[in-house]
Amino acid sequence: MGLLDQRFQNGNILITSIDNLLNWARLSSLWQMQFGLACCAIEMMAASASNFDIMRFGVIPRATPRQTDVMIVAGTVTLKMASRIKRLYDQMPEPRYVISMGSCSNCGGPYWEHGYHVLKGVDRVIPVDVYVPGCPPRPEALLEGIIKLQEKVRKESLVKKSA
Amino acid sequence: MLTEFGKVLIFFIIGAAFVAAGLITAWLLRPHRPYPQKLSTYECGEEPVGSAWVRFNVRFYVIALVFLIFDVEVVFLFPWALVYRQLGLFAFIEMAVFLVILIVGFTYVWVKGDLDWDKPRPEVPSVQHSPRVEKPPITKVAEGVPAA
Repeated sequence: MGLLDQRFQNGNILITSIDNLLNWARLSSLWQMQFGLACCAIEMMAASASNFDIMRFGVIPRATPRQTDVMIVAGTVTLKMASRIKRLYDQMPEPRYVISMGSCSNCGGPYWEHGYHVLKGVDRVIPVDVYVPGCPPRPEALLEGIIKLQEKVRKESLVKKSA
Repeated sequence: MLTEFGKVLIFFIIGAAFVAAGLITAWLLRPHRPYPQKLSTYECGEEPVGSAWVRFNVRFYVIALVFLIFDVEVVFLFPWALVYRQLGLFAFIEMAVFLVILIVGFTYVWVKGDLDWDKPRPEVPSVQHSPRVEKPPITKVAEGVPAA
């Protein structure tokens, strides 16, 4: 039971302080669900290695969706894999985010024209927060994607969003 | 003032309070939006097939049973060891008799092979020495006609 989750109509100094604390805690420990599908996975591994070191942003790879905050979809999403991605995204607990890494998961990539087996963009099955362009994107580009996601998390609030 | 055990109780209560504070804070702050797909069993993205209850080996039961018996024996040994000096030779002989009875049981369990994880009783394949009839090699007489 989230007693404080989006129950407030308008903010005050206490709410903004709690917001800042919560958002800082959440963005500093975005545990990722390692979802390397194709060549972008190699760049994701390079980003996790010592030279670029994604762990200094608090991003720890976990193998299960139940313990993760962000799913980095790295690689070509085939139609067979798309239903599994949807199921795994459903099994992630909130707050959850998705980073689409590379051209194939952004828009189908080099397979946009003749790829009969390729899902043209992972945002056809799950909602994506950050798109990282590239084929494959350099590890620094993935790190920039993480930073952009952190900036998005920083703006979240416990106050219920009104229309 | 507080006895020594009282201090341990205070320590225990503070430890429990720490854990409870962490869990209650998480319960206040986390979102709670369950829906059936989220609550489904995780099976690497597939539809869950079969039961999640896995059959485990009966060796665990045997090992646990043997452990329980000898653990109770150790529990009996501890107070005897503490007052061993005050008691005399009688206590020594009595405990020796107790231990001998349990050692007999221990030897039985050992020899029976219940302490081994794998039961090393290899199946030796039996070779049957029957007289082999030497068949003559098949020669082709003509296309499609088998040799007599």
